[in-house]
Amino acid sequence: MARLDLRRKLSVLADAAKYDASCSSSGTSKRNSVGGKGIGSTEGMGICHAYTPDGRCISLLKILLTNFCIYDCAYCINRVSSNVERARFDVDEVVDLTLNFYKRNYIEGLFLSSGIIRSGDYTMEQLVLVAKTLREVHDFRGYIHLKLIPEADPKLVEMAGLYADRLSANIELPRDEALARLAPQKDVGVIKKAMSQVRLGVEAAKPAKREKIKPPKFAPGGQSTQLIIGADGAPDTEILDRSASLYGGYGLRRVYYSAFSPIPDSSSILPLSKPPLMREHRLYQADWLMRFYGFSAPEIGEGASNGMLDLAVDPKLAWALNKREQFPVDVNRAPREMLLRVPGLGVKAVDRIVSGRRYRTLRLEDVGRLTRSVAKIRPFITALDWTPGGLTDAADLKARVTSRTPEQLSLF
Amino acid sequence: MAVATLDGETDFDGWRKAARAFRLAGVEPAAARFVVAGAVEQGGLFDQPIAEEASPTPDDRRAFNVPKEFVDLAQNLILHRSADRFDLMYRLLWRLKDEPDLIKVISDRDVADALERVKNVSRASHKMKAFVRFRQVHDDLGEAWVAWFEPPHRVLEKTAPFFQRRFTTMRWSILTPDGSAFWDGETLRFGPPATRDMAPAEDEIEDFWKTYYASTFNPARLKVKTMQGEMAKSYWKNLPEAALIPELVAASSVRTETMVATPSPQPNPRFARAVAPDLHLARPDAEAVPENLDDVAVGVQACRRCPLYRDATQGVCGEGPKSARLMIVGEQPGDQEDLAGRTFIGPAGQVLNAALAEAGIDRSDVYVTNAVKHFKHEPRGKRRLHKTPNAGEVQACRWWLDSERRLIKPQVVLALGATAGLALLGRKPAVMQERGAPIDLSDGSTAVLTVHPSYLLRLPDEAAKSEARRLFIEDLAAVQRRMR
Ligand code: SF4
Repeated sequence: MARLDLRRKLSVLADAAKYDASCSSSGTSKRNSVGGKGIGSTEGMGICHAYTPDGRCISLLKILLTNFCIYDCAYCINRVSSNVERARFDVDEVVDLTLNFYKRNYIEGLFLSSGIIRSGDYTMEQLVLVAKTLREVHDFRGYIHLKLIPEADPKLVEMAGLYADRLSANIELPRDEALARLAPQKDVGVIKKAMSQVRLGVEAAKPAKREKIKPPKFAPGGQSTQLIIGADGAPDTEILDRSASLYGGYGLRRVYYSAFSPIPDSSSILPLSKPPLMREHRLYQADWLMRFYGFSAPEIGEGASNGMLDLAVDPKLAWALNKREQFPVDVNRAPREMLLRVPGLGVKAVDRIVSGRRYRTLRLEDVGRLTRSVAKIRPFITALDWTPGGLTDAADLKARVTSRTPEQLSLF
Repeated sequence: MAVATLDGETDFDGWRKAARAFRLAGVEPAAARFVVAGAVEQGGLFDQPIAEEASPTPDDRRAFNVPKEFVDLAQNLILHRSADRFDLMYRLLWRLKDEPDLIKVISDRDVADALERVKNVSRASHKMKAFVRFRQVHDDLGEAWVAWFEPPHRVLEKTAPFFQRRFTTMRWSILTPDGSAFWDGETLRFGPPATRDMAPAEDEIEDFWKTYYASTFNPARLKVKTMQGEMAKSYWKNLPEAALIPELVAASSVRTETMVATPSPQPNPRFARAVAPDLHLARPDAEAVPENLDDVAVGVQACRRCPLYRDATQGVCGEGPKSARLMIVGEQPGDQEDLAGRTFIGPAGQVLNAALAEAGIDRSDVYVTNAVKHFKHEPRGKRRLHKTPNAGEVQACRWWLDSERRLIKPQVVLALGATAGLALLGRKPAVMQERGAPIDLSDGSTAVLTVHPSYLLRLPDEAAKSEARRLFIEDLAAVQRRMR
């Protein structure tokens, strides 16, 4: 294969892969190449080697094996009825590109996905073969993320788990009904079953206490999934319910939200609107609240109206504005869980406050040094020398704490 | 003014020695100065070197200790490019005498300042791991890799071991204006400052990388500020792909508009034959009366009679021989059953299996199923909490249980717990009062009630647990006698 052709393929197959939001390389077992025959390490979680002008990081070589697909999912540029240029990599071409990029320190590893060719099994086999070659022939110890073809044989999923750090199967649409309509060859049940298999595999690979022999590693970086936002009618609360159910059911590390992006040669059943990037951002914030701040999906929903998160304020602030009776919170005495509910206080700041107050009774000025900006927090806390007085209940509180917002919105 | 001369900008040992001497000699922070040998800026008029005469005696050495946190902090702080970092380090050291917990007081002005600088240093180290770009060269020994990099702080020595662990089998060098690092496959060495022209200017693969960079960018989502926040412009000149940014940004709105405006061309006719069949046309009809157990299994997967299918993974049907004379009905699948698609395999299933064995019943002779086929639960973080199905759900799901009963025609149906009882009798039974007593069903079979094995698991008190277990096994044994 001539080099020029290979570049053309790379451009087609990277372009086709860019609509998948998951690109990070985080949280897997610690490895390096000391004592090995190859290269690679996984320390320094989530190194982003470059950022594209869309603000997303490049951590992995994210490509498709082929962008040909026998499925016809309306939201996907690779669907069989689309008229895009098609290309296909050989297994060795992907392996070479990965190693060449890795040696130059461009990437943390590979994120390989594919259109469905011939059958789910055949496609999955090819994906597994790439990972197997990297691991076994080249002793590659960097990160590998494989996309699962949910309908593939469970044995192939098992092999994928042995070679890959992370596996993912995309749910794509929050509403099952919409998936059936827009992706007629996909079935949410099949996708969930693949996720179950990964969760069971990950659990089986955890050595039981006191047991000497370690079972072989299985997808040590766990699994993730993606939901496309704005292609069906699901409101935010429904999306978050679905995420909560996926986190609880399959031990997912991440749910990625991808604002439906207009694609070239778009199917006529879909809107050609601008992607609701702010909506996507709010969902990420809400998701964060569920994973790190102890919020449940219904609680976040309390701050929403008509099922939609407020675009003007972040979901934590929206919740707090709705629950004024819970505030102000005393930074010197409140339990950690309650500090985590203060708008503007991140996990790090809360931990700093909790450890700092053991040595000093905190004044507002101290809090200011422990956080990025105290202005947003002030109405919601008391400190040694500070009480917000009537501020917490002020009618115009929302306007006061969001004065910068209109300008911010116009960015998107 | 007391002055100490350090060997280099990152000479931590030199600073430590001098700072120790200063502090033992009682030199106040305002009167202490640290200068780097050979640095342009030279001492003031009143400087007097005191490091020599104030050298501590061995006894003095024990005179003060600093917490490990301080040493860690100072070792990173010294890598910061600010000129007054030595003074800040000394001021902290000085204050530690009266405030031994100082480093933990992160709201303190000096500590916060130091932490901020350390954060910048570790960020610089992190960005170095990300933004170093090796280029390939060839020499007598074969291929080698060279990078030119300009870190905002002096993090070369701190960061080089990362590359050593990552690229153990490669020979590489990283050249920077502060110094250089060399790895030959066995040892890591550090050398003098370098200049950009000492590194190769290009690499064939770079074009591929640029192609990838340009292709993976989505012009419909421009967010230039976010990009710059993470990849500061100061790094751009050494990142080959960054040269593409202005053009990509400029072309993005045009690209998006053209894309949206272009009408969809006709699908490629060659592909028409390749289309996979539409799954949902082949969906089984969940309303059709099942004619055999396979129909039940397929029908349950497609069932939408109640909302429980939505958050469950799959429907879980009964398991066991078609000719079973005993049918056991539980409540609903649990977490494990939902994942694996098999009934009674979780903790409650284990209790049941053990009890069946003790009662002399072979599980492989029994048809084991549930009143409700989908797992009802509530997400709680990374877990799912079991929720009891309500009467409406039990009623909806009777369609399947009734089909199983009709197809298997068991002699005895053992209901585990109230939900199973409700599904069987059409009324919520008082399990504790009614347990063990045979109840005639309209199809000629006999129903027997007992507790659900998960009830045994929940009892906190050991004595109560073993008594409950004994009664449970007794109920099973009574059923077994009835079957003979
Ligand atoms: S629980 Fe029963 S009735 Fe409800 S969807 Fe599942 S199989 Fe159908």
